[in-house]
Amino acid sequence: MDEKFIEIKQLYKTFHTKKQTIEVLKGIDLSVGKGDIFGIVGFSGAGKSTLVRCINRLEEPDSGTIRIGEREITALGRAQLNEQRRKIGMIFQQFNLFDSMTVAKNIAYPLKMAGLSAGEAGRRVDEMLSLVGLTQKKDAYPGELSGGQKQRVGIARALANRPDVLLSDEATSALDPQTTLSVLDLLKEINQKLGLTIILITHELEVIRYTCRRMAVMEDGKLLEQGLVKDIFQNPRCGTAKNFIGVYNKFRSDYGEEAK
Amino acid sequence: MSLYKYSFWEVLRNSFTAEVWGQVLPAIGETMYMVGVSSLFVLVFGLLLGLVLVMTGKEGLAPCKAVHTVLSAVINCFRSLPQVIIIIVMLPVARALVGKSYGSNACIISLVASCVPLFARLVESSLLELDKGKIEAARAMGSGNLRILFTIMVPETLPSLVRAFTNAVVIVISMTALAGSFGAGGIGYIAVTYGYTRFQHDLLFATIIVLIVIVQAVQMAGDTVSKIILKRRHLI
Repeated sequence: MDEKFIEIKQLYKTFHTKKQTIEVLKGIDLSVGKGDIFGIVGFSGAGKSTLVRCINRLEEPDSGTIRIGEREITALGRAQLNEQRRKIGMIFQQFNLFDSMTVAKNIAYPLKMAGLSAGEAGRRVDEMLSLVGLTQKKDAYPGELSGGQKQRVGIARALANRPDVLLSDEATSALDPQTTLSVLDLLKEINQKLGLTIILITHELEVIRYTCRRMAVMEDGKLLEQGLVKDIFQNPRCGTAKNFIGVYNKFRSDYGEEAK
Repeated sequence: MSLYKYSFWEVLRNSFTAEVWGQVLPAIGETMYMVGVSSLFVLVFGLLLGLVLVMTGKEGLAPCKAVHTVLSAVINCFRSLPQVIIIIVMLPVARALVGKSYGSNACIISLVASCVPLFARLVESSLLELDKGKIEAARAMGSGNLRILFTIMVPETLPSLVRAFTNAVVIVISMTALAGSFGAGGIGYIAVTYGYTRFQHDLLFATIIVLIVIVQAVQMAGDTVSKIILKRRHLI
């Protein structure tokens, strides 16, 4: 496995408002293996959302480099960036589906930009719909769907262009536990089936434990710790990780089952 | 028939006679022409300017402070002027563009000058209400700015844009009536010339009825279209 399929080096980002400047990313170094599911956990305001949004440059980093495969994301011009973005799927907490389009048209949206013919796009849409198990909702509007179904459409749309990477920005945080589980199962399934690399950020440790192989703990713009999920769970070194796992165990112990 | 000689009910009854409507009906045609043509211009140019405002704004897809500031200031200038003043100011412009400073076509120039900036602002506020996440999702998929504008921003806000346009058309109608007193013809002309100057209040009443009916119809049409779109998308 290519252990450094995605490589982020010395990433800095500062937000300037009229009253203050906030350093959101303070020198992030991170590498993600090809086909891995990598989780980043942190409390709100830790900078994890900004970090993941830098990967497809929805947020422009101030300095540092991001590389995916052979391509230096941070060095791309506008047109190349748009082309590259088609190879990076993204799903969101609020799903961000287009209410004016049916499910099928939502999924076909990125395909149009990639220049697929109508027939080809139609076949791809059907394929994606069956992948996420929503074939019967093809002509429904997002307004008719439940949260879990919306996120499935979001995933289908993100995967339609057969990207190499999927970024998940708190994708399950607006869903109930049962739906969360089914969406995470779907992510695991497509990771297996398509060999897709997934970067998942969340503030819910159980999501990471359930889904990811490797993880990083983020706080105050820095990555405090990264490694295999099982190692960090067994032997958390930084205070934040200990804190997170403590909370996680507290919740679990209420059900009489403690994480090891 | 004047209110000074006859009772309110007599005048009102007389405002429905064939004699009165013989004069009012042609005026409705003129008014409809002015409202129709002006609304079309308002739709096209107002939408365009509104889109430019949003695109070039600070949080827009293609921020450009110079364009945004200048455009915004020009729009504010036109918006500061009451409709009567715009009509007067636009008289020489109308003469230069259509050859005369009176008549329906001259009136259309002032209507457009007054209502395009208004509609541009309405378009701006509709588009600004769009959830930023949707734009972000389109950007993340590698969509260019123009494509986002016309395939996401406009369709997503369509119900709100329809309502905004309905409001603009209602204002166009009321301003058409106003322009009538400056030689534009139509309903407004009848109301001022006969209803005000010659105390023919039956004619005045007839114009009031016509204006109320037209505005109701426009408002209902706009509301219906907007609701149909929302229903189709299962948003209501």
